[in-house]
Amino acid sequence: MADPMKMRVTLKDDTANIKVLMNHEMETGLRKDAKSGQLVPAHYIQLVTATLNGKPVMEAQWGTAVSKNPFLEFRVKGAKAGDKVAVNWVDNTGDKNSIEETIK
Amino acid sequence: MNPLRRTLLKGTGGAGAVAVALAAGLLKPGQVLAAEWNKPAFDSKGIIDALKGVGGTTAIDSKDINIKAPDIAENGAVVPVEVASKIPATESITILIEKNDRPLIAIFNMLNGAEGFVSTRVKMAQTSDIKILVKAGGKIYTARKEVKVTIGGCGG
Repeated sequence: MADPMKMRVTLKDDTANIKVLMNHEMETGLRKDAKSGQLVPAHYIQLVTATLNGKPVMEAQWGTAVSKNPFLEFRVKGAKAGDKVAVNWVDNTGDKNSIEETIK
Repeated sequence: MNPLRRTLLKGTGGAGAVAVALAAGLLKPGQVLAAEWNKPAFDSKGIIDALKGVGGTTAIDSKDINIKAPDIAENGAVVPVEVASKIPATESITILIEKNDRPLIAIFNMLNGAEGFVSTRVKMAQTSDIKILVKAGGKIYTARKEVKVTIGGCGG
């Protein structure tokens, strides 16, 4: 099970600003382990999805060049207090994580 | 190895991340991601092939795409990039880094009221242009911004 994600949602009029911090190594597969000299296998988030009250609002595809412990910020219009925002990710090994917050 | 994990690992190579997501219970059956992970585009070496992979070779230059990134990045492993598109009905924002070995970095698709705005952090191998593609109203627009990198961030 992956480490917890953090999310902060702020509302300005009817636009939700969503900031997410994910815990992930985002290994490119190009780095050599200092001790063994072996290449560390690629291990990175490939898909990120976000929903507002269950409706998809963002779908992202990532490669290995998104930085370690990815930060993501995006905005959704038509949001209000009480709405639920959820963000999920899946990585290239099948690991996944998700977080959900209710807009205050 | 846990048999489920072996199945997932085996499945990832050919089946793609959508199948993995379904198997992992992340997607409900019937709820499918708009696009499957674009392996050929992400594996493309060189900016021309990467642009071909995302249909961006004939993109129109636009002044309505605002790219906020440092002029000089102290650490190429963590370069903040913020894109704000003023083009109406922006459907997607794609980030490429011209001089990275594999230039396609990320594709963000906006649906159901999401704005043409995204902010994240990326790895840059060396001083390079960040190239942004915005898809809106059936057309593709582009803008670029150079970021100087003192310490490369791809770990190679």
